[in-house]
Amino acid sequence: MTTANTDVVDVREDSRKAGRYVYVTAIVLLCAWVIVPLYFLLINTLSSPEAVNAYPKSFFPEFDLGSLTFFANFAGILTALKNSILVAAMTMVMSIAIGAPAGYALSRFEFRGKELFRLLILLTRAFPLPLLALPLAVLFIRTGIDDTVFGLALVHTTLAIPFAVLITFSLFSGIPLELEEAAWTLGCTRFTAFTKVILPLVLPGITASAIFAFVISWNEVFAAAVLTIENRTLTAFLLQNLDTSPLHLKFAGGFILVVPALIFIFAVRKYLFAMWGIANR
Amino acid sequence: MAVIEIKNVAKTFGSYQALHDINLTIADQEFMVLLGASGCGKSTLLRIICGLETASEGEVWIGGRRVDHLPPKDRGISMVFQNYAVFPHLTVFENIGFGLRMQKMPDDDVKRRVERTAGLMHIDQLLSRYSGELSGGQRQRVAVARALAMEPDVILMDEPLSNLDALLRMEMRAELKGVLAESNTTAIYVTHDQVEAMSMADRISVMHEGKIVQAASPIEVYRNPAAEFVAGFIGNPPMNFLDATPQGGGKYTVAGHSFDGPSAANSNLQFAIRPEDMKLSDDGLQAVAKVVEPLGAHLLVTCELDGKLFRAILDSEMQVKPGDVLKLAPMPDRIRWFDPATTLAVA
Repeated sequence: MTTANTDVVDVREDSRKAGRYVYVTAIVLLCAWVIVPLYFLLINTLSSPEAVNAYPKSFFPEFDLGSLTFFANFAGILTALKNSILVAAMTMVMSIAIGAPAGYALSRFEFRGKELFRLLILLTRAFPLPLLALPLAVLFIRTGIDDTVFGLALVHTTLAIPFAVLITFSLFSGIPLELEEAAWTLGCTRFTAFTKVILPLVLPGITASAIFAFVISWNEVFAAAVLTIENRTLTAFLLQNLDTSPLHLKFAGGFILVVPALIFIFAVRKYLFAMWGIANR
Repeated sequence: MAVIEIKNVAKTFGSYQALHDINLTIADQEFMVLLGASGCGKSTLLRIICGLETASEGEVWIGGRRVDHLPPKDRGISMVFQNYAVFPHLTVFENIGFGLRMQKMPDDDVKRRVERTAGLMHIDQLLSRYSGELSGGQRQRVAVARALAMEPDVILMDEPLSNLDALLRMEMRAELKGVLAESNTTAIYVTHDQVEAMSMADRISVMHEGKIVQAASPIEVYRNPAAEFVAGFIGNPPMNFLDATPQGGGKYTVAGHSFDGPSAANSNLQFAIRPEDMKLSDDGLQAVAKVVEPLGAHLLVTCELDGKLFRAILDSEMQVKPGDVLKLAPMPDRIRWFDPATTLAVA
């Protein structure tokens, strides 16, 4: 009896252990999938040109800042960086300014064509940008906003708005209508109820979706490359110049593109989780 | 400190008529309960008085002023919501003082008023807490204190106790009644709980399918229901109904027995009697006990009488088994009559 019992326990223990191994391995693989390329990018960025081209590779960075210093002194890179930040900031402001009211309306009002409107918002994402690039470029040249930071920000705003609307929609929907109604009965107008009750509650989420819009713009390269010539953003600038650059500079360029986006997303990760409904805070 | 007059108010949602031609006057400092099953329009009526919903037709007057075109904040009302609606980003103090701050009341006065109302609701220990740190009952207290702090003419409550557990509800019921009586405000209280309605109200408006069926004192609603619906809704268990056929001369036959009824009507009527208004007597109506439920204070017996279910409340000392034949004699002065054509009471 005793032996049989121990056997059963052993088998159970074994299968539990096996399950655990699979689980842990899956997690390690997934993490590696994301982290390993980033790590190599980091090593190569912080290595001298010789080390980058050498074989076998070292697994530890040399902390050679040569490539990065080169970039800092590269003609036009600071302007490109400034353009990137400007475009991203404008995109952030415009997409929230347009997207948040739309999200509020979707969550609070019943109106004709509401479902169609939500569908259309998603459809804008289904429309391939390359198809739009030529007509957009023509339109921009005609209206005189081609090759401007503002013009590009408009395009990026269009890309970011669907997210802004859907994210703010779910934020506002998460706030009970009674809170607003209570504020109305306590002396608030629709506007003051919004600023005093709703806004403080959604502000963290709004910030997160604003940063998300910033990252969308920061990462966008196609429209930026097509619609600007002189006023290139960092992505477009690097795409244009790195094509003909040596390998170590490609790594360094990639690195300075990836890191800010990573930092931003890391900073707002818990709101991103919350708004996609994956986890609760 | 205000009379509320509701004149010919109707509300339609699309093709659905939620309220039909409501007329109701609520006296100054009266405690009026709107009672009805869910979907009867009681919350809609409250929200129209509050200004959260606009009436499709009709007028709302508060304190001699027509208010149906005004936003909630200009109506001199405050409201307690079913799920409390305590602002989660503010402390209890700031919640109670929210409305006062909106009126730009000086800080000292806000502090004094908040502390006094918090004391009234026994939450003065919780002023620095956030709503996430409060229990349901405490949140309920905050919601009431927030409404009281405004010192409104009218306080509106939408099922404020329905989210509390039974014991707490009973406690809050008595407390709320006391606090409101002292505050000299007119109160409208929406509930589907008839015990709440009976115990708190000065007057009850029983609502059914978007109409007020009866508006009267609790005891009047209980003793003299104006319509079959009220008789079958109020009371736990509600009134029993039996078919009555006229013999002429104000006499009616009910389950083979003869009763004195309304002489004016000479048509088929419904005979109604409360379960507790029955005595055991040899010349009573013959009923067969089906289910016997001892409830401590008394015995609830569900019988079959004249082919219908019929409930009687008997003394708990009685020995009754399912299948027993009971002779139930209704107390003559407690018998009520309803006209099945109009469903209204006939005297």
